[in-house]
Amino acid sequence: MKELWDIYKKGIILENPIFVLALSLCPALAVTSTALNALTMGLTVLFVITANNVAVSLIRNFVNPKVRVPVYIVSIATIVTVVQLLLQAYFPLLYKALGIYLALVVVFAIILARAEVFASKNNVIRSFFDGLGMGSGFALAMVLIGTIREILGAGSFFGIKVMPASYDAPLMLILPAGAFILIGYLVGGCKMLVQYIEKSKA
Amino acid sequence: MGEYLTLFISAVIVNNFVLTRFLGMCIFFGVSKNLNASVGMGMAVTSVMTLSSIMAWLVYNFVLLPFNLTFLTTVVFVLLIASFVQLLEMVIKKSAPALYNMWGIYLLLIATNCVVLGVPLLNAESNYSLAKSIVHAIGSGAGFALAIVLMASLREKLRLADVPKALEGLGVAFILAGMLALSFLGFSGMISL
Repeated sequence: MKELWDIYKKGIILENPIFVLALSLCPALAVTSTALNALTMGLTVLFVITANNVAVSLIRNFVNPKVRVPVYIVSIATIVTVVQLLLQAYFPLLYKALGIYLALVVVFAIILARAEVFASKNNVIRSFFDGLGMGSGFALAMVLIGTIREILGAGSFFGIKVMPASYDAPLMLILPAGAFILIGYLVGGCKMLVQYIEKSKA
Repeated sequence: MGEYLTLFISAVIVNNFVLTRFLGMCIFFGVSKNLNASVGMGMAVTSVMTLSSIMAWLVYNFVLLPFNLTFLTTVVFVLLIASFVQLLEMVIKKSAPALYNMWGIYLLLIATNCVVLGVPLLNAESNYSLAKSIVHAIGSGAGFALAIVLMASLREKLRLADVPKALEGLGVAFILAGMLALSFLGFSGMISL
């Protein structure tokens, strides 16, 4: 149990996919202008990465190592297509807001990286928790960025006004440039946090 | 003619792939540490993007649309591009070893990349004709090359700067990209499609 918890929690801060591993940065910038979009994208990736880790782990002994990458890609693409169709059917507005980035989940480096580095070498249960941990880390980072950008840039949170009417929102945070600069500082902050955790352990 | 020119300019600067559409971030931050590598990467991305857009257009319009298989677009495009890049790598390795030495490593990096997959998907979404798809692909590639070369030149200068310890590396690179995006913002609204 302790071991599974360790596998789960490493994805959240110490190996956070966005801030520490710096993989899959495109969605972190592109779909975080509101907290809701960020949450949807985060949950999509959480689902895809966990499902794919389980799938890859199940077939790891049958796949010839020479063709493993194409096999992983087909597996990811299939899962993403399922999510795409589900969102299109039940949440058409969110589907529209995520746009092309939803299809691009297929090529997120973090998903392929976890399949290659972890799921292809570990059993199903461990792979499941690894996917869950990495996915949660990703989703948390997305929601954090989305929340800061929406509250400061638009004065609202999940579409509800939270700032007083006199608050003059700096539009820059909603624009691309603001996303880059904000993530730059968050990466720095996360680095300090990781260093602090490692120092207090030593 | 004017229509194609507007599409091209819009793809290069107004809707720049890196700075306003946020595609190809991994390559953008990974490769821009070195100016020469950035130039090579920019050229490799532009050529692969153009060739794979042509193939994706043919497959989309002659196979996926007539047989009503558009729900398979994502799967088909990913496989098409990944296998095409592998093939291209083999051909270049055999026929032009000098070129392979220059570009070979970049080709593998872009086999499954959002910047290369993004253009065919956008082409299919906007129902572009073949000629328009090609212009859009070349423009997007040029825009990517422009952004990555600018970024690499800035980062070479940055090496001399005194950066706070926590922001070293990736953190300050992001902030720099933010400044670059801010200056590209000046082009927005110049062309509306």
